[in-house]
Amino acid sequence: MNYSALLKAFMPEAILVFGALLVLTHDLLGGRGRSHEYRAKIAAALGVVAVCIAGWMATTEFTLGATVDFLANDKLAFGARLAILTLSGLTVLFIGGTSKVKNPAEHVALMLFASSGFTLMAAAQNLLVAFLAFELSSLSLYILAGFDKTRRDSAEAGLKYFLFGGMAAAFMLFGFSLIYGLTGEISLAGIAAKLPQIPLSPLLIVAFVMIFVGFGYKAAAAPFHLWAPDAYQGAPATSAALIASASKVAGFVLLARFLAALLTKAGSIEIIGASKGWLGIFGALVIVSLLLGNIGALAQSNVRRLLAYSAIGHAGVMLLAALVTGVGLELPEVRNNLLLYYVFTYGIASVGAFGVIAVVENNGGCQQLSDLASLSKRSPLLGISLMVSILSLAGIPPLAGFYAKFSVFETLLRRSSIASAQSLDNVIFWLVMLAIAMSAIALYYYLQILKQALVVSPDKDQPTTPIRVPFMAAVSLLLCMITLIAVGVYPDLLMNLLK
Amino acid sequence: MNLLPWTIYISFIGAFLAWLGGTRSAGLARWTALLAALGSLGVTLSAAVQFQPAAAAQTLVNIPWVPFANYHLAVDGISLTLVLLTGIAATAGILFSWNIEKRTGEFFALFLALIGGVYGVFMSADAFLLFVFYEIAIVPKYFLVAIWGSTNREYGAMKLVLYSFAGSALVMAGLLWAHAAGASFDMANFVESARTFTAWQQIGMFALIFTGFAVLAGMFPFHTWAPTGHVAAPTGASMLLAGVVMKLGAYGCLRVALPAFPEGFLFFQNIIAGLAIIGIIYAGLIALVQSDFKFIIGYSSVSHMGFVLLGLAAATHQALSGAVLQMFSHGVIAGLLFAVVGRMVYERTHTRELAYLKKMPLHRLLPFAAFVFVLAGMASMGMPGFSGFPAEFSILIGTWQHSPGWALLATLGIPISAAFTLRAVHVSFFGKADIGATTPDTDNEVHPLPPITWPEKAGACLLLLVIILIGLWPSLLLDWIRPALESPLMRIAINGAAQ
Repeated sequence: MNYSALLKAFMPEAILVFGALLVLTHDLLGGRGRSHEYRAKIAAALGVVAVCIAGWMATTEFTLGATVDFLANDKLAFGARLAILTLSGLTVLFIGGTSKVKNPAEHVALMLFASSGFTLMAAAQNLLVAFLAFELSSLSLYILAGFDKTRRDSAEAGLKYFLFGGMAAAFMLFGFSLIYGLTGEISLAGIAAKLPQIPLSPLLIVAFVMIFVGFGYKAAAAPFHLWAPDAYQGAPATSAALIASASKVAGFVLLARFLAALLTKAGSIEIIGASKGWLGIFGALVIVSLLLGNIGALAQSNVRRLLAYSAIGHAGVMLLAALVTGVGLELPEVRNNLLLYYVFTYGIASVGAFGVIAVVENNGGCQQLSDLASLSKRSPLLGISLMVSILSLAGIPPLAGFYAKFSVFETLLRRSSIASAQSLDNVIFWLVMLAIAMSAIALYYYLQILKQALVVSPDKDQPTTPIRVPFMAAVSLLLCMITLIAVGVYPDLLMNLLK
Repeated sequence: MNLLPWTIYISFIGAFLAWLGGTRSAGLARWTALLAALGSLGVTLSAAVQFQPAAAAQTLVNIPWVPFANYHLAVDGISLTLVLLTGIAATAGILFSWNIEKRTGEFFALFLALIGGVYGVFMSADAFLLFVFYEIAIVPKYFLVAIWGSTNREYGAMKLVLYSFAGSALVMAGLLWAHAAGASFDMANFVESARTFTAWQQIGMFALIFTGFAVLAGMFPFHTWAPTGHVAAPTGASMLLAGVVMKLGAYGCLRVALPAFPEGFLFFQNIIAGLAIIGIIYAGLIALVQSDFKFIIGYSSVSHMGFVLLGLAAATHQALSGAVLQMFSHGVIAGLLFAVVGRMVYERTHTRELAYLKKMPLHRLLPFAAFVFVLAGMASMGMPGFSGFPAEFSILIGTWQHSPGWALLATLGIPISAAFTLRAVHVSFFGKADIGATTPDTDNEVHPLPPITWPEKAGACLLLLVIILIGLWPSLLLDWIRPALESPLMRIAINGAAQ
């Protein structure tokens, strides 16, 4: 083991952990006797600086040149790391100024720990590293979900998230062990090489199912979605933002790597015989997520639960995007960056939406849709940020969500050039048509949010006082908005980064 | 000529500036919006003067944009006609929205954003780009109607937007399917390669794309959004809805669905013609019994758009050129009718019920409104000398060439149209003030109404001038339209029908 190479490869994660420790130490030594607001601001500022340095390290030759066999050093890992760090940074900014929960420094530190887990997940090339990263991020997220110790909701969110997450992790680990038992390999490349020679045994199917249970949970894909509405509802808004954004990026990038290893022959896009049947179940997961997420969202009156169901619906499309990227990972002509573009822009829109919720929450509660009433009058910035974020989630051009959606569909439908399984083409065709139909339904519930924020005038008992947006939150909201518009109008801004 | 794309940019920049201006004062927002609209109109007029009618579309911009589509704008006679219509309708719409006091800046920002999208659709020479602009034009409609509308506005707005979005989902499905089958999005190539698809593919794609666009064109039985939407909308927005937004649908049918899928068109030709004729007669009959003045105009729009669809269905050279002229003509006439009803009458009398209007001697109270409405009504009935006449006449002649039966049936629509227009004119403006029971709010006495303001006069004169100019000199536009129908792309539509 070459320790200097190891340090190089782990540099971004090391900086995140170091930053987290610094935030904690500073709060312990310098925060005593200071106001809550001051402590929150300093913690957020230090956190953002740590994220920025980590992001800078992730793009320098120092890290990029490192070769460690259990961490990927490809464009996907590079892009995913940057995406995760950007999303974490934007989320941490909200803590400075909006967080009313006790111990803001610990909140920031946990987010940094979680982020280091995410970045590791995105680069993992090995079952062990993948599982450790998965657990590192999950453990941080459980605490983040239950972080508001004064609210029962938050405790409920944390507990539910933990119970589901613990279960899913157990399934996943069991699946990993079966794969290891069958192939004798723990590196993804090794598995991809061995797997095509193994006949499709019940044991292999069990292993696949178990691994996908784990990913389904992380992705909030139905039927493993049950934690999501409660966690989104109860968790502090900033924690929910992280769960909805960076966590998704990490989960789906790892999933794409697994699909590449489990479903295709190493170095080619041909789907291996052993896993053809599995794709049907994968399709079922997509269908159930699309239907349940989009139809479930129609009935919601709580804005966070609504966003959770919309996330489930989006998970359906993201699974499709992961299929494209996973199956075509090695191919230049398949747009590898599609998945990343989709999850990243989805994450930015989610951070924007939850950021608005966090700011409103700070001024007296934000759970029901009606809590957003006349938001644009109370604060034009919040109104317009929410509009941009929600319309991007709804996939309206010229915002990034539209291009993400459209190009995933476009690539999937052209997939006859990706893999040669005729029956699969039909399945994919109908999946895309279903997703398009659902996107029409989705506009209804997204407009319910915007109707409250921009159209409706408030009832008498609702506050109408102007909301002052804290500086750090305003910066983050503006960045989210600019990103969504710029990347939507000119997608190559982002796509070229990954070529 | 190359300045034409600036109509789009001026509109979007104007939208942003109007929003900014609105935060200072309402007047600033109004003038910004008017200047933006006039600027676009000026650009269009200067391009129109230099325009050399030709079969081929003249490319304005063609730069690479996303992997599967170029940013490709082009105009031919058909596009230019509709761009001109958009400029006129936008200017008039802003003049008739001069009295908007509530959230003025936001109103004009959304108004101009909608206009920018519409300009884009009419100039797109790439199916993906056309779709992007088409969707950009959808969302502002919701806010325009829901925030500034009147009767049942939230219902009307939601219905309008969900119908439009469902339609655009169908279009998206059809476009993606055709693209996956091998047609690139560039319009010339799209049409060329789509023609080579098998009959069943063409039928399926045509059904999706044509239905999707026809929803917005107000084709029976998908027209129900139009009356409720028009009635709920504020005056300026209903002028746009009837004036240009419905034309987006018809334009999409003419530009994409008809030329690209001749087999599909032949398959559905009779059905489309049947639905168009039903629309003409059925909507006309409903307009005949409405008691709300604005609903009469709303249904009359559906009836007149039926002529456009009939022209498309007949697909002879004469019928198609008539259909395009009718798009222009109806855009101006319907705009004027809505302006009189919504702005001049309703905002002064605060009622649109014919029963109440009947008791007011409106021809004495609002002589200018009465004068304008009589002229607009005559134009709407298709009297010679007004733009409605050459348009509907050439549609009917063109339809006769294809099928005399259709033409005869459709001709029934003309007396119906005369009947409901005359009834509206008679009852609302020339009702006898001394007949009938007194009602508390009118009470038989003559209230002085606020005088007609200069923006209203300017807008009405602009629209009247255009109606009469085109009525007397239709070849001004027909000389642009006819050569455009000779282009290889459009000839396919005509030949397709002739096969």
